[in-house]
Amino acid sequence: MSSDHNEADRVPILDLVHVIRSKNSGPYELTFDIVFKDRSSYRLAVSSGIFTPELFARLYGIGADQVLNLVFFEEACAVKATIVRPIVSGDSGDTDVYGAQQHAPLLNIAVPVERTPRAGADVP
Amino acid sequence: MRQDRTSGVTRILSPTAILGYGFPVRSFREGMRRRPHVIAVDAGSTDPGPYYLGAGVAFTDRIAVKRDLRMLVEAALSEKIPLVIGTAGGSGGEPHLQRDLELLLEVAHELRVHFQLAVVHAQLDNDRVLKALRLGQISELGPVPKLTEAAIGASVRIVGQMGPEPLVQALESGAEIVLAGRAYDPAVFAAVPLTRGCRRGPAVHLGKILECGAIAAAPGSGSDCLFGYLDGESFEVEPLDPERRCTVTSVAAHTLYEKSDPLLLPGPGGHLDLTQSSFEQVDAGRVRVCGSRFVPSDGYFVKLEGVEKVGYRTVSIAGCRDPFMIAAIDEIVEMVAQRALDSFDVDADQCKLSFKLYGKDGVMGRLEPSRDHVPLELGIIIEAVAQTQQLADMLCSYARSTMLHCSYPGRVATGGNLAFPYSPSDLPAGEVYRFSIYHLMAVKDPCELFPIDHMEV
Repeated sequence: MSSDHNEADRVPILDLVHVIRSKNSGPYELTFDIVFKDRSSYRLAVSSGIFTPELFARLYGIGADQVLNLVFFEEACAVKATIVRPIVSGDSGDTDVYGAQQHAPLLNIAVPVERTPRAGADVP
Repeated sequence: MRQDRTSGVTRILSPTAILGYGFPVRSFREGMRRRPHVIAVDAGSTDPGPYYLGAGVAFTDRIAVKRDLRMLVEAALSEKIPLVIGTAGGSGGEPHLQRDLELLLEVAHELRVHFQLAVVHAQLDNDRVLKALRLGQISELGPVPKLTEAAIGASVRIVGQMGPEPLVQALESGAEIVLAGRAYDPAVFAAVPLTRGCRRGPAVHLGKILECGAIAAAPGSGSDCLFGYLDGESFEVEPLDPERRCTVTSVAAHTLYEKSDPLLLPGPGGHLDLTQSSFEQVDAGRVRVCGSRFVPSDGYFVKLEGVEKVGYRTVSIAGCRDPFMIAAIDEIVEMVAQRALDSFDVDADQCKLSFKLYGKDGVMGRLEPSRDHVPLELGIIIEAVAQTQQLADMLCSYARSTMLHCSYPGRVATGGNLAFPYSPSDLPAGEVYRFSIYHLMAVKDPCELFPIDHMEV
């Protein structure tokens, strides 16, 4: 979300996706999947450069070193990030044993877009 | 590809995501009509948390599992095809395996059927793991602490996650039904194809997709069937309910599910490399996947899962609708915890009192980014964990009564601070476990940790 874009230059991520979810990847990791509606939505979002380990770190108030990986999977039109669980599944203090309700901060991502093409239009 | 009944194609029916989750009879019949070479089903997961492995209890219901088993056993035996079940009893330890064995034998008795059964064990002696640790054969799997002798000693149960090899061995010894303890989810689907000479890359990748039943279709479901066709280099998947479709996106997206890297998927004996995989829509509901490769690792590694016992839990569930109480909740919680621990002179390392505040951060805990909103209501769970159930009951009870009647700044409602939905308000929740082992163990032989019992039923 760089500052050289104003509000009019952003697309709400919910306009581009059909799945945003979280889930355990084993008891020690939490993984986020963002699956876009189609290839053009995927490319629009990915080419914006918004998906970085720092984005996930900021959204969840954790260090970037806790973001284990960030994968772009064009075949599935998906972006995936995995973080270290702050508390191991089922340990004292855990709030979500399956890790299935940790996705909400991702729903507010606003994808910066170039001013000229229409939102959702093909990006090379 | 679908019409080929001679040699080239291996057909696999996955009835449901987890044995006991059920499946529509109509879908299952559609699957059987396609003449599968095997019915394979996974019966477990680590998802429900450490309790089930530790306590030796299944998270699936006996009656539900028996219902599924009855249909699978009957269909497999009448068509003379193998039935392969992995991660029996939910966690795949010895008590879990015995639970599902008992149900399987009951079903066999009720159906008056006979078959060759192989039971593959997956629970390990702690000493075996200790020996491996001392020989430097244990390594960490992801962000877990280094394994110590103390952690192994404290573990109440350790299972190894078998690859397809012990299942292949069981099938090649003539088993018609294979009931296995903890198994790598795709292994039960890959075993029969491997006995038929299929390549491991597509077989394991197909297994990854089939393991969750129709979750890989759209709309997805964990309690419906999915069908796979495997040939030399590629495979196809299709749902059996006409309302569902497998699409390139639904299938590719399922490859993401519960994994940290969707393109390089480690498992027993090596990793699945999907960087060259392509997904193609064959018809409205079917997807073909080509180019999935299996890359053997240098050495064979088995994933271990172990848990240790922490103590016993008691919880009390309450709600609050008072704006002044809600405004002061953080101080109230701190005061109540302090007072309870002080009053009983208990060891703070051994006893834990904690509060979940729904409406505030009860779902996301320390990951919750939104800290400044004021809820209308709070749901409160008071939780005590201690070395005995009696101590946990006492701490929870004391915290509950203290919180009910304590004073706080701005208090006007002096009748009581909490709304209890239930009487009794306190619920003893039994044993508490935590994951203590999630590591890899190097073995020489993929079958060495997984002894097989052959039985004539």
